[in-house]
Amino acid sequence: MQAAWRVDEIEDNSVPETDAHVLLMSDIAGNQDREAFKALFLHFGPRIKSLMLKSGARPEQAEDIVQIVMMTVWRKVHLYAPDRGSVSAWIFTIARNARIDRLRRGSSQAYTDIDDLEIVSDEPDGEDRMFASQRTQKVAKALSELPEDQRQIIQLAFMEDISQSEIAAKLALPLGTVKSRMRLAYAKLKNKLEDLK
Amino acid sequence: MSLDHHLDDATLLQYACGNLDEAFTVVVATHVAMCDTCRHAVRQAEELGGGVLEDVGTAELEVGSFEHLMLRIADQPAEIAPAATVPHVSGDVPAPLVRHLGPDLDAVRWRSIAPGVRKHVIKQNSASKSSLYMLHIAPGMAVPEHGHGGSELTLILSGSYTDVFGTFRRGDIADLDEHVEHQPIVDGDLPCICLVATEAPTRFKGFFSRLLQPLTGI
Ligand SMILES: [Zn+2]
Repeated sequence: MQAAWRVDEIEDNSVPETDAHVLLMSDIAGNQDREAFKALFLHFGPRIKSLMLKSGARPEQAEDIVQIVMMTVWRKVHLYAPDRGSVSAWIFTIARNARIDRLRRGSSQAYTDIDDLEIVSDEPDGEDRMFASQRTQKVAKALSELPEDQRQIIQLAFMEDISQSEIAAKLALPLGTVKSRMRLAYAKLKNKLEDLK
Repeated sequence: MSLDHHLDDATLLQYACGNLDEAFTVVVATHVAMCDTCRHAVRQAEELGGGVLEDVGTAELEVGSFEHLMLRIADQPAEIAPAATVPHVSGDVPAPLVRHLGPDLDAVRWRSIAPGVRKHVIKQNSASKSSLYMLHIAPGMAVPEHGHGGSELTLILSGSYTDVFGTFRRGDIADLDEHVEHQPIVDGDLPCICLVATEAPTRFKGFFSRLLQPLTGI
């Protein structure tokens, strides 16, 4: 099990990118550091825009959603907890919620209610303590090692924001096959993450 | 809370992707609010979302995008994200459901739809094709057939029922796809109250349920 995360434990200048993201987050939270925020923006902004374009946003809409997502990052940065997940997963959830609210005209309230619960209950999640960056590396590895047919479905589900029945229709596969590939991919990810305990 | 019946991994992933419709999202979130296991699992699924975001490629931002953002932030100042306001489980209604139902199960307005079976339809904000409703079923009664051939989620909020998959108590969820046939019977002396999302009917199950459908109004 990893020790609790502390900023001053990470002093090496040659930190991998993902550690760098955690450091940037703590600079933004601690000092409202604009340069740190800009670095984070330059990394995630173009990716969020790409995600929104793949989800069917028009370019100006995608640009606007990038701004809304990064504005939320700036305002909620103090709520990010490295022991609960990686920076990219946290930003993904903010982008996902913005996509539901702005692009799908739905409501992401159910998700923010769950976030609030986690903050309120603040249970020490002893099993889940792991450096955010290690988690990112494990996930990247898990994704890269997925068989093509599973990776394709995970990417469609997360990138293009289409339901499993739409994925089934698009790939001309039975719904049951889509579901079982999703389950297999997710099981592999879980194994990778459990390895670190 | 330690529970026996959880979400299917495929449902959990879909929830993490954000592509379930409103009815299913509310039922999943209500279970997740009550279930430490699934809350942990959702977080892991969201890590996949983070991995995909790193992999999604980049699209060029407009010139001056960052400066524009900082101006927008300066224009709407001091709106620090409010501290969490939702209690963990307020009364007997979990947080994500409170917004749709109010905090008190006793205050739900039921409509009788069959002997021993009452129903309350929950209004949705979006034009969802799925239905979202609560059922109140008397002890000893069978939970009426309600899937109509699409997938369905049934979350127990009070009381319990038993079917071939076991006994479902408060917090347990039955995550069933269209192929499952089951006949839950309410246990014990208390009514069973559950929250249900059902997909729009994709096919009829058979002559008998077609016959039953107008009767139960489900
Ligand atoms: Zn669960």
